[in-house]
This record gives sequence, structure tokens and C-alpha cells, in this order.
Amino acid sequence: MTRKGNNEMKKNTSVSKIGGFSWLQAKMHSDKPIGLVVALFRFLTDVADFFLFSMRVFKESFSRRFEGREFLYQCYVIGVKTLPLISVTGIVIGMVLTIQSRPVLVDFGAVALLPGMVIISLIREMGPVITALICAGKIGSGMGAELGSMKVTEQIDAMEVSSTNPMRFLVVTRVLAATLMIPILVLYADGLGLMGSWVGANIKGDVSFVLFFSQAFSHVEFMDFLPATIKTFFFGAMIGLVGCYKGYSAGRGTESVGRAANSAVILGSLLVIILDLIAVQITDILAS
Amino acid sequence: MNKNETINVPIKSTGVETVIEIINLKKSFGVNEILKDVTFKLHKEENLVVLGKSGSGKSVLIKCIVRLLRPDSGTINVLGKNVGTLSRDGLAELRTKIGFLFQSGALYDSMTVRQNLEFPLRRIKMKLTKKEIDEKVMEVLENVGLADVIQKMPSQLSGGMRKRISLARTIIVDPEIMLYDEPTTGLDPITSDEISALINEIQKKYKTSSIIITHDINCARDTADRMIMLNDGEVYLEGKVEDFENSTDQFIKSFFMKNDK
Repeated sequence: MTRKGNNEMKKNTSVSKIGGFSWLQAKMHSDKPIGLVVALFRFLTDVADFFLFSMRVFKESFSRRFEGREFLYQCYVIGVKTLPLISVTGIVIGMVLTIQSRPVLVDFGAVALLPGMVIISLIREMGPVITALICAGKIGSGMGAELGSMKVTEQIDAMEVSSTNPMRFLVVTRVLAATLMIPILVLYADGLGLMGSWVGANIKGDVSFVLFFSQAFSHVEFMDFLPATIKTFFFGAMIGLVGCYKGYSAGRGTESVGRAANSAVILGSLLVIILDLIAVQITDILAS
Repeated sequence: MNKNETINVPIKSTGVETVIEIINLKKSFGVNEILKDVTFKLHKEENLVVLGKSGSGKSVLIKCIVRLLRPDSGTINVLGKNVGTLSRDGLAELRTKIGFLFQSGALYDSMTVRQNLEFPLRRIKMKLTKKEIDEKVMEVLENVGLADVIQKMPSQLSGGMRKRISLARTIIVDPEIMLYDEPTTGLDPITSDEISALINEIQKKYKTSSIIITHDINCARDTADRMIMLNDGEVYLEGKVEDFENSTDQFIKSFFMKNDK
């Protein structure tokens, strides 16, 4: 086999297909209850497959032919079509945060700190994490279900035989769009959250729009924005990667489409929380 | 893989030009040996029907031809190129000459009929102008008799219409070779006959060489210049339609009789 042929074969090799573990693979596909070793093996092969998939997406992202039109369409789908959901969520978060915190701050005579507390909470944590979790649900499940059904109905194969690289056309565009749009959605949610907070503050009190916002922004520094915004790019990339991976690796039956969508949401949400923990730790280390 | 697969094997001229040559093809999924040893040729401008029971590896066979699946061993030469050793770019180039009609039609659900037809055209024939693309789209739609559904979504089409549009999408890039995976499965007898007639029309009009995978005997009779029966992972019988119909072999007879009922 030529060197190119070998490389090609490596690209198409998933870890679960590597030989030498046939007894484990046979167990993995049997209906009998699986043991701990088999479950661990399945987990590790899944992790390794996801890693290889991510590497391939990363590599394809820098290929010469970029699917610009599809990328813009995905930005529209992810960005614009998620706006109503994110708008409602942002306003409600801001209002709830204010209504819940206000009585405690009033007791301590620190109600003037309310805008500052809300904006810091929104920018650093509430905005990015809640928006990312909402997106993991809406966008991640959408990608998992769409690509899963395309796989089941041979649309991905049809694309491949039309001399179109489905990894580049379907996956790279979605992952990049999610990586770009989720930070924008987070900033949008932060803004609406602050508006909701102002409304919440006026339910029981009376504070002008200008005073509320000037008090809020007087507490914010650039370093509050930067790490929080950087981590949202990772949230977006992770949501896109997980959604696409689950859809792309869906099985043959229609049942696997539902499973792909479901696991895209669960795994996407879980990884967002884990990434957030890592981001907080790194920020903490860098700040100290 | 064998050593001889490292080079592109030129297909020898034996009077009839060969466009696909499959030699000792083997493919397994886990412990299931689907193709044990398959060898045959497809000649230029002929319709070769591959018959076989469900699960006999017919679809696996044509997916190996376009390398949607990789064989465990054996050689597949398409238009003089060894498919197993082609680079990604080489494979993409070769695939532009092959049309593949999927069993399910595989129309892109999120696109209209027009967008489905334009999709391969814009990627394979990139130099075409907007006007030329529109003309080509209308031409293939008229060829399959569905010019009026151009703005519809695939979900608004019947099974037969989806198959026709899928066929139109396949022929729009003027392929030299057509691979049909169960073209009449799930269709009523009248629509099946229409699809069979369409396969013959396409072969005549576009001078394509075709492999038609089916277990529909009527479709096989209507379209075949030559037939192959796959059984137990190997070529069981190869010949003309008459050879199959006059065969005294019990398996062939039972296959034809059961299908005729």
C-alpha cells in the first residue's frame, strides 16, 4: 500500500475498530449485562474516538476549501434562531437574581451594590453557563438529531460520493459557527440580563436607568470580561463538537437518532460544566 | 492488502472495454464474512444486474466500489484506477465520474428539489454559469418527468418521485458509471416499471455503464444486458438473462419462481 493510502486508512480508523480487542467488542455488542471492564473499555474507546474526531475537525478547519455559504447559514441557524430563547432566559435570570438578592442587601444597607453584584454574576458565571447550557440543549440536540438522521438516511454517504467532504461541509461549519455565535449570544444574554435586573430593581424600589447602569459598570473591570468571554468560545466549540460527533457516529436505526440527540445534550451540558470549573481554576490561578 | 494493489492496474483491452474490474474482493463485519471472494467485470455501456438475497452483500459490494466501505482484501479497478490506493483528492476526482443512486434516495431533507440538484453540480462543475446550471437542472428534471416539483421539499414528494429526483441528481453531472442500489425497492409495480424504463433511457442517452443491485426480478429482466447472482459471499452464476431463466439450478429456479409469484 502506498504511503498516501496508509494515511487515508489511518484517518478512517476509529479506535473502536482497532483489532486485538475482539472479545471485548463482542461483549460490547451483546445483549447480556456488561461488566465493569467492558463498560470502562467502551467509555475509553468513546473518549478516544471523540478525541480523534476533534483532531480531524481541527485539521479540516484549516483546509483550502472553506464552505463559507454553509458557515453563514449555520451562524444564522445557531445565532438568530436561538435569540428568542436566549432573550427570555437572559431577562428572567437578571430579574430573578435581583429579586432574590435585593432583600438581603437591603438588610445590610448595601442596596447600592446590587447593580454591581448582578453584573459581575452575569458576566463571570450566570450568563456564560446558563446560555451555554441552553445552547447545549437546543443547538447540541439539533446537530445530533440532524446529522444522525442524515447518517441513517444515507445523506452523508450521498454527499461523500458527490465529491463533497461531509466532515468539512457539515461538521466544520457547525463547530465554527457554534464557536463564534455562542460568545455573541452570551454577551447578548448578559445585556438583557442587566435590563431584566433593572426591571427587577424597580419592582420594589426606584432606580433610574442611567444610575443603575452607571453603578453596574463602575464595578466591572476588563479582567472580568476577558476570561469569561474566552471560556465561551470553548463552550461553543465543545457544544458543536459533541453535537456533531454524536450525530456523525450515530448507528443505523432511527432509534440511534434519538439516542444521538439525547446524548449530545447530556454530554454537551456535562462538558460545559467541567470546562467552566477548569476555566474558573485557571482564572483563579492567574489572578492570584 | 496485496502488494499488487500499490500500482494502478491498466485494464486490458479484450475487444470489449472494461470500466470496472473487481478481483477477489473480501469484506467482513466482525465475524460475519459478507463478501468471501467476488470477481467480475463491468463492460462499457452495459447494464450489469447483481442479484442476490437480502443480506448477500450486494449493497456492500457497490459501496466498496466508491470506497464508502473499505474491503478487507482484493482489488477494485474503476476506469483504470485502483480505488484502494487512491488519495483523497484522487478518489474525489474519480467519484465525479460515478453516479450512485441510494436505496433510500438520500435526498437532502433541508434542501428543495432545485437545491438538491444544484448541490453536486456546483461542486463538480464549478465553471458553470447560473444560466447553465438552471438549464441543466430543467433538463434532468424533464428527463425524469418531474419539471413541476422544482420548488418542493423532499418531504412533499412520494416515494417514486423521490427516487426519480434522486436519479436526476445523480445524472446531472454526466457520470460515466451508474451504480443503482435497489432502485425499485418499496415502489408499486407500475412505478417500478417506470424506474426500470428510466434506467434504460439514461443508459441510452448518457451512454453510461451501470451496475444495478436488485432482488426485483422484473427490474432485472427489464434492464439487464448481463446478470450476476451473489450467494454466500461469492458469484454464484454469471450470464445473460436467458441463462438465468433457463437454469436448472435449484437456487436460481427458486429465486426466479418466488419473485414471479
